[in-house]
Amino acid sequence: MNTNRKLATAHRAQKIGFAVLAGVSAITVLPILWLGFYIVAQGISAISWDFITTFPSNGMRSGGIMPAILGTIYLTIGTALFSVPPGIAAAIYLAEYAPDTRWTRVIRLAMINLSGIPSVVYGLFGLGLFVIFLQIGTSILAASLTLSIMTLPVIISTTEEALRAVPQDFRTVSISLGSTKWQTVWRIVLPQSVAGILTGVILGLERAAGETAPILFTGATFFLPHLPQSPLDPTMALPYHLFVISTQVPGMPIQIQYGTVLVLLVFVIAMNVTATMIRSRVRARRQW
Amino acid sequence: MTATIVIERLSVTYSDRVVALKDVSLQVAENAITSIFGPSGGGKSTLLRMLNRLNDMADVAEVSGTILLNGQNILDRKVNVMELRRRVGMVFSRPTPLPLSIYANVSYGLVVAGERRRSRTDVAVEKALKQVALWDEVSDRLDSPANKLSGGQQQRLSMARVLALQPEVILLDEPTSALDPVATNKIEMLLHDLSKTLTIVIAPHNTQQTARVADYAGFFLTGELVEFGLKPQIFTLPRDRRTRDYIEGRFG
Repeated sequence: MNTNRKLATAHRAQKIGFAVLAGVSAITVLPILWLGFYIVAQGISAISWDFITTFPSNGMRSGGIMPAILGTIYLTIGTALFSVPPGIAAAIYLAEYAPDTRWTRVIRLAMINLSGIPSVVYGLFGLGLFVIFLQIGTSILAASLTLSIMTLPVIISTTEEALRAVPQDFRTVSISLGSTKWQTVWRIVLPQSVAGILTGVILGLERAAGETAPILFTGATFFLPHLPQSPLDPTMALPYHLFVISTQVPGMPIQIQYGTVLVLLVFVIAMNVTATMIRSRVRARRQW
Repeated sequence: MTATIVIERLSVTYSDRVVALKDVSLQVAENAITSIFGPSGGGKSTLLRMLNRLNDMADVAEVSGTILLNGQNILDRKVNVMELRRRVGMVFSRPTPLPLSIYANVSYGLVVAGERRRSRTDVAVEKALKQVALWDEVSDRLDSPANKLSGGQQQRLSMARVLALQPEVILLDEPTSALDPVATNKIEMLLHDLSKTLTIVIAPHNTQQTARVADYAGFFLTGELVEFGLKPQIFTLPRDRRTRDYIEGRFG
């Protein structure tokens, strides 16, 4: 067989390979596009100023979803409060201070497994620990704590990764100039990894904002005629509200369901876009 | 000669059982350039990193012997290593500017030592940059990122960073291995000038550099100090056959 023909065969094989790969990519992307388009098409008619600023009425069959939007914002802020500081601290410990022993390897293994646990398990755990044992009751506080436990492994592992991405040479030079370990972390390592840390934090919180199961038993409520007065009150929340109006209310107008999905989607995507923007801004500002 | 550093019977073993230094004794002369040379893996880096206790970061299993810096045993557990590293500065083989401005790089050591007065750091930064002949090149852009400098400039910046702390000793681990001949020459001239008032220990990446810059030279082979003495003696009349073979390029 001559070389030309071999080359032609190889070329054709490559073309077929690329076509297959392009097809597979299309298969994964198309449903998402279709889903997004479908939700917007079905839900856009429900969106109005009233929809996002008023209480539901007529057994949720009309009116807005304001308390659910606010509730999700409250829960996200609460989760950030309880998961971000300890998460970053734990990551700093693991990446910069902890020796590589069996103990720290067990911690890492536990974290990997934690992120694989179904969210309903976190919900039941939160119910047992925060709501019943610590007697916090179903409340924003208990739900935020439960979501925090679910979010912590995500924040810890992404932060640790961001810290480890900082070149070791910087640490060596900093230490050789007489700085302490903490000064090195504070002055060199953290400023270098802040973009990666923020991205991990927002992605973790975004997941928390969209979860239903962990708040189902710990703080979310079917309907409230007024807004929560304190962190010890239960709250409505978008994901749970969605579950309620799609399964528990007969005769529910379909636009309201899709409108709610659309609002939740926009909320989550907005956080995602924020994460991307922060990252590119920090990268642009950082000239070294 | 006055010895700034007196190393006595120093042995270092890493946790993977590699013996990096075997029973090394040597004296580092004040205000002179002492060069330690030999094939890689001979223990040169380990020796340098023992002198500022940077080896504390490595996985060291066992250390014995003493290192006296102006009479004080720096291997003592009570030694403040942060303060020691300010007294014994180090320049690495790869120029590594910290991800900060030129000014912040040079003032870094002072700032982490607690110096908050800008007037003090201003003076120290200017003086250190002038010492390494970098002031005229960068004085108009002290606030720009240090990694925008050329490789040779970055390495001189690394030296200025150390000099700003007014150290007693400077250690250089293959400081010109990543530089072109012109930049290498600048660094070597600089070392020559600095050695009038500073004790310098250098581990060059080739034998020729030892021949060019050293006042004293020590030949290291697999963790042992084979021979040590004044450079002319080591290079013209080596007592040990292994030293002669290495210098003449028969191995290594």
